[in-house]
Amino acid sequence: MSELFAGIKLEPFLLSFKLAGVTTLILFVMALPLAWYLSQTRSKLKPFLEAVTALPIVLPPSVLGFYILWALSYNLPVGAFFEETFGIKLVFNFTGLVIASCFYSLPFMVQPMQSGFESLNQNMLDASYVCGRSRWMTLFKVALPNIKPALMTAIIVTFAHTVGEFGVVLMVGGSIPGETKVASVAIYEMVEIMDYRSAHIYSAIMLTLSFLVLLGVYIFNRKHNKKLGGFQ
Amino acid sequence: MIAIDICKTLYGSMGEMELSVDLRIKEGEFIALAGESGSGKTTLLRIIAGLEKARGTLKVGDEVWMDAKHTLPPQKRKIGFVFQDYALFPNMTVLQNLLFVQKDHALATQLLAMTGLDELKDRLPATLSGGQKQRVSLCRAMMNRPKILLMDEPLSALDPAMRTKLQQEILTLHKNFGTTTIMVSHDPSEIYRLANRVVVLDHGRIIQDDTPKKVLLKTSGSQKFSFEGELLDIVQVDIIMVAIVSIGQQLVEVVISPDEAASLHIGERVTVSTKAFAPILSNR
Repeated sequence: MSELFAGIKLEPFLLSFKLAGVTTLILFVMALPLAWYLSQTRSKLKPFLEAVTALPIVLPPSVLGFYILWALSYNLPVGAFFEETFGIKLVFNFTGLVIASCFYSLPFMVQPMQSGFESLNQNMLDASYVCGRSRWMTLFKVALPNIKPALMTAIIVTFAHTVGEFGVVLMVGGSIPGETKVASVAIYEMVEIMDYRSAHIYSAIMLTLSFLVLLGVYIFNRKHNKKLGGFQ
Repeated sequence: MIAIDICKTLYGSMGEMELSVDLRIKEGEFIALAGESGSGKTTLLRIIAGLEKARGTLKVGDEVWMDAKHTLPPQKRKIGFVFQDYALFPNMTVLQNLLFVQKDHALATQLLAMTGLDELKDRLPATLSGGQKQRVSLCRAMMNRPKILLMDEPLSALDPAMRTKLQQEILTLHKNFGTTTIMVSHDPSEIYRLANRVVVLDHGRIIQDDTPKKVLLKTSGSQKFSFEGELLDIVQVDIIMVAIVSIGQQLVEVVISPDEAASLHIGERVTVSTKAFAPILSNR
């Protein structure tokens, strides 16, 4: 066993999971108000916001990565501001990866949440308003507890999608060991230098972990649906 | 006194329609709101609750809930709303559903006792029957001691026996709390038992506003009793014609002449009435 894993570093995996964890946490907080707003609004802005949110799904990661790289670089106001004020560079480091991942995985957090909110009985939400509860209170006490499977899906899919990202990470982060060299980039490099043994082991680990995560989600959703009387 | 004077353009299945209602309601009244589906009943309730926007004014006592300048949000109106589909919070127990409105344990206990729910107070809504759910919904609506109780066909999803039982409970609650109530209903016996005034809407306008007796009892002239029903069939039995009419849940046979038979069409609404006979009521 130890022979098989000789020379296999866990660092890229840890980095992948750290990136996914941080991204998921930030996105959960940011996507919650957005998804709630999109599910409740009748504004004419809604299709526009939905289209912007869904862009990362259709854009090639290289395009998204290129724009993020460009926007965060020192030559533009955002990048210059952060570097001059806080002394933080936003590209080719972990911070840049987190920012890029937040854009890249945004739809995977917003869309399941939004459809969860939209599946709620509008009368139930109205009942909460009539009971004297504000929109925020209704969100936290009524809406959120009743879309647990959707939340679970949103969190897991965002996490998994961030672990699985490659193009954006490569564009914005490069491949700095311990800083931006995540598992997917590491595998790419192994194949490039024809180290197929390591590539196989890394890929198998990724495959197994991804499968287990998804299996966990589906088992959770099944149990939850049974508890609420089989509907939804 | 509640003064409603509102307008709203609705876009329904029958095209554009103007909902225009001018209504004065005395405190403590129990109003039944009737009319065909699509006539604007639910929208009217939702406007009163503040869940839907409209033009016009809405005054409750000396409070202005809506006028040209501002609209009071539903949270500040002190309304009780009972939905046809119960709209309970599935993640909360019966008691928690009630306390969500207001942390008034005494009132919650009183309401649960009045509706016979005290033993179910720790159950989740998914484990309750339709009648029990609607009771919880009714109790929840009373939890903020509402100025107006609005009910949108609260009993139409329940079976007749359960309906009668809940009608009694609604009546008890109304007598105890004296809450001004507006209930959408299609059931004449329900309206007769509960309401002291019936308002009939048609295409967004009030076409009748009177006591249940005047609106519901469709006798006129010298007729002693009369029923409305649907003509199901006309059959010839020997030399006479018999019309089969469905009145409520019952089928009735009425002898008619061939001339009458020719003027009637199967499927149309008909009135069965009689003048000369003294009807006999007997115990079943």
